[in-house]
Amino acid sequence: MTTTEVVASNPPSPRLSLLRRAYEGRALPVSIVLVFIIIAWYAGAVYLNSPQVIEQFERKNVEWTMGDLMAESWEMGRPVLPSPHQVAIELYKTTAQQNVTSKRSLIYHAYVTGSATLLGFVLGIILGVSLAVGIVHVLTLERSLLPWIIASQTVPILAIAPMVVVILGNLGYTGIFPKSLISMYLCFFPVVIGMVKGLRSPDPLQMDLMRTYNASQGQVFWKLRLASSVPFLFTSLKVAVAISLVGAIVGELPTGAQAGIGARLLSGSYYGQTVQIWSALVVASLLGMVLVYTVGLTERIVARRMGAKP
Amino acid sequence: MSDAIIDAEGLNLTFETADLPVHALSDVNLKIAKGDFVSLIGPSGCGKTTLLRVIADLEQPTSGKIQVAGVSPETARLNRLYGYCFQAPVLYPWRTVMRNVMLPLELMGMSRGECEERAEKHLALVGLQGFERKFPWQLSGGMQQRASIARALCFDPELMLMDEPFGALDEITRDHLNEQFLRLWQRTGKTVVFVTHSISEAVFLSNKIVVMSPRPGRILKIIDSNLPPDRTLDFRDTTEFLEVAHEVRVALREGHSYDDD
Repeated sequence: MTTTEVVASNPPSPRLSLLRRAYEGRALPVSIVLVFIIIAWYAGAVYLNSPQVIEQFERKNVEWTMGDLMAESWEMGRPVLPSPHQVAIELYKTTAQQNVTSKRSLIYHAYVTGSATLLGFVLGIILGVSLAVGIVHVLTLERSLLPWIIASQTVPILAIAPMVVVILGNLGYTGIFPKSLISMYLCFFPVVIGMVKGLRSPDPLQMDLMRTYNASQGQVFWKLRLASSVPFLFTSLKVAVAISLVGAIVGELPTGAQAGIGARLLSGSYYGQTVQIWSALVVASLLGMVLVYTVGLTERIVARRMGAKP
Repeated sequence: MSDAIIDAEGLNLTFETADLPVHALSDVNLKIAKGDFVSLIGPSGCGKTTLLRVIADLEQPTSGKIQVAGVSPETARLNRLYGYCFQAPVLYPWRTVMRNVMLPLELMGMSRGECEERAEKHLALVGLQGFERKFPWQLSGGMQQRASIARALCFDPELMLMDEPFGALDEITRDHLNEQFLRLWQRTGKTVVFVTHSISEAVFLSNKIVVMSPRPGRILKIIDSNLPPDRTLDFRDTTEFLEVAHEVRVALREGHSYDDD
């Protein structure tokens, strides 16, 4: 008997439906993968930290068992790979136990990086959409700009970022702006590509219809091209917001910035504080997930308002 | 100037393709009077859609003269003298049915109130009242095509250009819409140029049937029919109807359109 038949024959009780939702939804598979990641992480911590631990044991000349080795490698002060619970405790200490405005709070650092990310994202959308509008409407722009846009992405950002930050610093721009500029530089690209494709996506009949009404180029843009481009735009935005975060973190690395996730990564590696590095990494990925999820949620709301099938 | 709303003389259109040029229209001469319901009928590739698109200024003839309402097709288009129905409904999926019908009115700069009033009126005219707030995907194919007819009618153009608007529908829906559309035409008194490849549709709807043939696309025969205006679907079983249909069929066969391939 298949699942659909069960659903059709007797409506499930609330409790059963919760189980079924876990079974049919994404929660269960994702949790199972998470469990495997954590197991692998613990195993990896033992594997990577054991040489140091064994050295310590031998220096102290003590007898040790496999159990001692595991316990010890999960509790080191400066492990090569910190264990998940060490990172979790560090996260708890630096979020829940700190004032959010404190420099020791990861929420504060996430806010600093997040605001640079969002500013860069918005600038990237503005730049990307304007370039796309120009490329779609002016043939010369397509031929002259598109190769440069593609070339811009072949330059390694890690090489450019310090120069951008230094030059802007000399011009008196410090703080959020240089970081956002690097974010913008990374994230305008998918927006241009997606929007050019989206603005060109109306089919010939949809364009002919506009022609029969003697619609101006502006009317075609506002009433047809823009609406058609929305699904393409959101696909691009999901990529763009994720790399915008990468851009902001990269922008924090060369400046010796005082705040931000990049600054935490950098100071962690200066002082060999691997637990600090890993908790900053976890916060960075959580921030990335929140950003991508927010874009996805906006997409669903917009799609519903535009009459998409639920 | 006669009362001809469409006047084509010696119209030729050749599409330059990669290998051989395609003669889509060859020496087409056609006069359509105001208030006529004219069907263009013929097998696929006979240039009937191309002719319609030339009238609509969506294609440019290679040579020949054509006037629409006494002016060039371009001027006619710029003055929004015609409403065009495509083979597909071409409703914009992000607009409700109501706002799809309002589209041409918005483009003409009418006030929102007037747009809504006209859209409502014309949706009622095609029997779609109550569906104003629905999105296109929530409607059946026949209803979508009716919405596209309402959209073509709502700005009150003199001329309706219809490219197999019911071609993609099942026969039962098509019959129903044919009857409705015939009434609509009689009520509004528009001039209609209607492309079809269905003999019974052409005979049922039109008072003038233009039989076309492919390779090159040309007009074989123009058949005038004077069927009673109050005809219903049942009329298709009468001798009078069958005689006209027979005449169309004979004309189509004379085009040898099926023998040469």
